[in-house]
Amino acid sequence: MADLGRAALIVTLGLVLWATLAGALAARFGRRRLADSAGNALLAALASTAVASLVLLGALLRHDFSFTYVADHTSTKLARAYSVSAFWGGQEGSLLLWLLVLCGYGAAAVLLNRRRAPDVVAWTVPVLGAVATFFAFLLVAVASPFATQTAPPEGAGLNPSLQNPYMLAHPPLLYLGYVGLTVPFAFGMGSLLAGRADERWIVATRRWTLVAWTALGIGQLLGSHWAYVEVGWGGYYAWDPVENAALMPWLAATAFLHSVMIQEKRGMLKVWNMLLVLLAFGLSLFGTFLTRSGVVNSIHSFTQSSIGPWFLGFICFVVVCSLALVFWRLPLLRSKTRLESLVSREATFLYNNLLLVAFCLTVLWGVAFPMLSEAVRGEPRTLGGPYYNFFLRTFGLPLLLLMGIGPLVAWRRASLRSVGRTFLWPFSFAVAVGVGLIALGAGSSLPGLLAYTFSAFVLASIVLEFVRGTRAAGSFTLLVSRNRRRYGGYVVHAAVVLFAIGVAGSAYGSSREAKLRPGESMHVGSYTLVYRSAGTTRVANANETRARVDVVRGGERVATVFPGKNQYFAERQVSNEMAIHTDWLRAEDVDVIADQINANGTIYFKALVKPLVNFLWIAGVVFLLGALIALWPDAREQRRLVARYALAQG
Amino acid sequence: MTAALVLAGLLAMACVVLVAVPFLREPAPPDDTLAAPGELARRQLELTEERDRALAALKELEFDHRTGKISDVDYRAAVGEYRHRAAAALKALEPRLEEHPRRVRARD
Repeated sequence: MADLGRAALIVTLGLVLWATLAGALAARFGRRRLADSAGNALLAALASTAVASLVLLGALLRHDFSFTYVADHTSTKLARAYSVSAFWGGQEGSLLLWLLVLCGYGAAAVLLNRRRAPDVVAWTVPVLGAVATFFAFLLVAVASPFATQTAPPEGAGLNPSLQNPYMLAHPPLLYLGYVGLTVPFAFGMGSLLAGRADERWIVATRRWTLVAWTALGIGQLLGSHWAYVEVGWGGYYAWDPVENAALMPWLAATAFLHSVMIQEKRGMLKVWNMLLVLLAFGLSLFGTFLTRSGVVNSIHSFTQSSIGPWFLGFICFVVVCSLALVFWRLPLLRSKTRLESLVSREATFLYNNLLLVAFCLTVLWGVAFPMLSEAVRGEPRTLGGPYYNFFLRTFGLPLLLLMGIGPLVAWRRASLRSVGRTFLWPFSFAVAVGVGLIALGAGSSLPGLLAYTFSAFVLASIVLEFVRGTRAAGSFTLLVSRNRRRYGGYVVHAAVVLFAIGVAGSAYGSSREAKLRPGESMHVGSYTLVYRSAGTTRVANANETRARVDVVRGGERVATVFPGKNQYFAERQVSNEMAIHTDWLRAEDVDVIADQINANGTIYFKALVKPLVNFLWIAGVVFLLGALIALWPDAREQRRLVARYALAQG
Repeated sequence: MTAALVLAGLLAMACVVLVAVPFLREPAPPDDTLAAPGELARRQLELTEERDRALAALKELEFDHRTGKISDVDYRAAVGEYRHRAAAALKALEPRLEEHPRRVRARD
């Protein structure tokens, strides 16, 4: 069946090439049937890529080790669900997933918009086709998932840390996010190529951008939770380049989602929005490059990687061509209106944009620094946690504050008197919370104290917005249903506040390490951990060694946890299995890690108390809720937009 | 191997048919020109967007006033200007709306 997979990918390559070349010719010379044919090629490419994906999935589920990819990433002992997740566990499978999702997005975008904005879609198809051509070419010529060999009796298995339920959802969501950012990019560039200065491309891609941004956000949170429960070091984010690879496009997309509102409401920032959409897409490519080229594991692996140079070349091509296009169309993108006041809603959006982009570029510098330092000085130097944490505080705290200020300020211009009046309640509440926190001893960490005080301010301003809005609209349901994007956005802001509370909680955590014999205990925070015993059980694919540890608080046993290690047979790897006790009343976790298990029965334990860490995961649920509210279709707005564009089409 | 190649051939044929469908339709459409707004339609679209922005701004101003973000004094100072802008946008669009039926008739 590998032949079918290979052939399907060759068919896909032919189709996306046709979509690119025929699409460009059709758009240039205004040929409708050729444009329809190019759009259909994207639909057909989805079908042929789906066939290739089914071939690979079938081989993974059958453990057909004649496929090199299957032998390298599965074993007969691997659970069926993880045989599925092995699809995106390796480079070739990930690239195939990229292409499949891209063809899916492209086909859907073409189907939904080809009759509404035919001239923009005509130019969008070749842009989507060009991106798909790059990935199809990689899969056909450079990194095929359908390479075959003489089947070995057993496969190498899947990396143990990837054998986790989160890995079933985390990578596909990230890919939905990364690839989804291709749609606004392609429409933006399509609009420029078509010579359109209006907002048609923004209207067409608003929901696509939100879907991609939501998927990227939720994907990152799932990844953080996976790191927290699976990687076994007691943290959830390590500023690892691969983690940063997903954060950067999300930050750029967040800036875009805000600034695009200014273009819609004021007709401003057209060039900035084009640059942001390019930045978000470029960073999603860069993120895939970082994750898949091997450049982040070792600077030297770059030269060994088969796809790294191709990726770097493609990123440069995309950036140079897009910048040239924006430059060419600058006269079209000139704004007729100006910012009226530095105290206005759009001004706060602008500050928010500058901070988000500055933070994004700071992270990019941190990621690129090892590569640049090696190129210049011959040895890679990495920028660690302190660098990122400094800029997180520098840009994150003002961003948090702006989330509270923005909703309280009127559009266009606001007088200081009005601002003072609307700020009174949230400001008073935040000051009261800040004073209360100092009294409770939270002043030990200034960033933590500021984060909580600002969070109180933001929450108060959001509540105030809902209360005043409900009074003005006459009903809560009416208020939200008629302003879904705005109030969905406020719910997302509330999620960011919960997230900030969770992150700031780490400033008040405690940790302890100790080597214990059975019966001995250690103290961490207000807890005592008593190591009772240890034992090993054999499961299908691993030996599981677990310590039995009682968690005692105030002289009373509150839980028993089982930290330990798994020794995987096929993979010949050992994984740390951290144990977590969640105390919902005290809003904190006790994490116990059996760092070193000795043959004489002693274990070197590491224990951490993490206050408020669960706010991060609650934030994910609230974030999803807010995004769904914002995404929900608004029939009134749809009718208005249909009327607007029908009028313009004549 | 053979079955795989047959399946691949069928897949390729189906894809080619889908791509060729726009050229296979009978009868062929008399006009193969891609619909794109002309200069007039583009200007009209710009004006429509300006009108929508002006009306939305007026609506926002009313809402901000009702929710207390804008004081009565500030509201009175701003509302006149906003109404003027909205009216100007509507007025700019009016002649185009009048031209519209004539344009359609001319095309007929």
